[in-house]
Amino acid sequence: MTQALLEVQDLHTVFATREGKVKAVDGVSFELNPGETLGIVGESGCGKSVTALSIMRLQRPGKIVGGKVTFKGQDLTKVTESEMRDIRGREMAMIFQDPMTSLNPVFRTGWQVAEPLRLHHGWDSKKALASAVQMLGRVGIPSAAERARDYPHQFSGGMRQRVMIAMGLTTTPAVLIADEPTTALDVTIQAQILDLLRHVNREFGTATILITHNLGVVAGMCKRVIVMYAGRVVEAGPTTDVFANPKHPYTWSLLRSIPRLDAERHEPLKPIEGLPPSLVDLPTGCAFHPRCAFKVERCSRDVPALQPVGDTQLSACWVTQAGAELKGA
Amino acid sequence: MPEGAPVKTLTRAWTTADPLVSVSDLKVWFPVSSGILQRTIAHVHAVDGVDLEIKTGETVGLVGESGCGKSTLGRAVIRLLEPTGGKILFKGDDITHLRGERLRALRRDMAMIFQDPYASLDPRQTVGDIVGEPIDIHHLAKGKERQDRIREMLRVVGLNPRFVDRYPHEFSGGQRQRVGIARALAVEPSFIICDEPISALDVSIQAQIINLLERLQSKFNLTYLFIAHDLSVVKHISNRIAVMYLGKIMEVAGGTQLYKRPRHPYTGSLLSAIPIPDPVVEMRRERLILQGDVASPVNPPSGCRFRTRCPRAREHCAEEVPPLEEYGDEHKAACFYPLD
Repeated sequence: MTQALLEVQDLHTVFATREGKVKAVDGVSFELNPGETLGIVGESGCGKSVTALSIMRLQRPGKIVGGKVTFKGQDLTKVTESEMRDIRGREMAMIFQDPMTSLNPVFRTGWQVAEPLRLHHGWDSKKALASAVQMLGRVGIPSAAERARDYPHQFSGGMRQRVMIAMGLTTTPAVLIADEPTTALDVTIQAQILDLLRHVNREFGTATILITHNLGVVAGMCKRVIVMYAGRVVEAGPTTDVFANPKHPYTWSLLRSIPRLDAERHEPLKPIEGLPPSLVDLPTGCAFHPRCAFKVERCSRDVPALQPVGDTQLSACWVTQAGAELKGA
Repeated sequence: MPEGAPVKTLTRAWTTADPLVSVSDLKVWFPVSSGILQRTIAHVHAVDGVDLEIKTGETVGLVGESGCGKSTLGRAVIRLLEPTGGKILFKGDDITHLRGERLRALRRDMAMIFQDPYASLDPRQTVGDIVGEPIDIHHLAKGKERQDRIREMLRVVGLNPRFVDRYPHEFSGGQRQRVGIARALAVEPSFIICDEPISALDVSIQAQIINLLERLQSKFNLTYLFIAHDLSVVKHISNRIAVMYLGKIMEVAGGTQLYKRPRHPYTGSLLSAIPIPDPVVEMRRERLILQGDVASPVNPPSGCRFRTRCPRAREHCAEEVPPLEEYGDEHKAACFYPLD
């Protein structure tokens, strides 16, 4: 086993709301290996974004109340704010779903892309800008030197996402966290950005955490995937194994509920009945049990831990941990 | 049908064997104004010469990227927008410029389901009021009959009829979309435009709504124009698919035919851009990645509108607009140098 670059252990992040305490991230553990692309999939409210924000210590107003995030021998939940700011500037970068709201509308694009170099590497403006222009070119922005003088609103959505990626990469970070980076984009532009992320991963060796609700994107981008539901990891493993032979009923049902472009015949979709649970009022036991087709009596009583099931996968399910296969009409 | 040819108005009575909707050379332009006098300086060519037929009982999927004009086309077809040019026949009648009482009567036969179930329902109305409003507008029922009809509609879309007195905020996104569908069905329309009806919903809820729309279609013999950007969903629900790019239809074909043998290079790259949730398939797929962005609809490229991003474009493509040509079996594409 190679040494993990980033290790998340039993992370807990909570939000105080009027209706009570929300456990947005409730005991999440995983590791990210050097140079790999790890997918985190789940629906809105499953805690995938809050997990990412907690790693970057950007979870406020939420509070990290337990667990460790180990990066290069340091526990990121314990470092000071100024140390963390430095890590964000040099070693870890994050890109978001909506590039328009993540860029400052009143500064020229090149200036913003160069900012991490000025702030964290102490470069002078001219040198930083030259490097930013070069990076804009490398992420596929045509006439980068001229475009660096433009403001964010002068770019299209796809181009803005390229600018964000360039900004994240200027300091050649070890970890890039991409939170739904293509959700706001059209499919042909999505394909361009995904291609760019693959390229970045190969060329810079940046380990990437790709957060998405799109199972197709994960299938095409990630060697390993973790599946989240209601603040917990319910399944983890190599993407090929998880997709071919899911070991958690949620993954299993989700894969059957989506239409596939390459489907040969028209068959009715098999939806997951019911709704994702409210985080304020989680069901007892396994949070998925009210919607689960395989549930047994124990599922409504005890919360299953994430355990090895089969050779390569982890699953938090009493049924598959007891050796049962997931099959159904 | 050659571009710009007038739709034949029927000389006999319309039957269900005729197209429910025929659109020919439809144009919807929006003025762009500027200056102190707000003079019109240009037009956005949102829909720019579209020919399309929709048969009774079928689902035609309309796909394309944002800004391609698919929603504008949908809205013009049910006359929520005034067409700039061309012609729309509905059940054999020319409805292109209907007004007043006749337009209102037409609205009984057509309905629309919107993308955002949060924005399309009035938060101050109860679900009963929302579903009952079209019934009142068209004087379809009163008193107890009206109440029964509202409850029946809620039941049909899978909501508990006891919910009539609740407000939209008490429902989840999927349930709100069901309310929107109940409202659309309340006037007993024959034609429904579904404009991105599932894109605002969670993945696990999308299948519930798709299955509901399919069930309702066979129950009430509905005809759908299903507008979406997600080709996997559109292929699943549609009999035929029309691919739009910058205000024009580039290709029309049955779903499987379109996927297996796309003729237009745009369709080819669009299909290749859709991720398939299967890592084994994804690994083996050839990716055709389009360069650049969609051109501006204010000043669309001459000739073929796709030529600025097309890997196969030649000189001729800039000089002439390629017409929609037949490739057999209801398959049409507008390209001078089609894929084999």
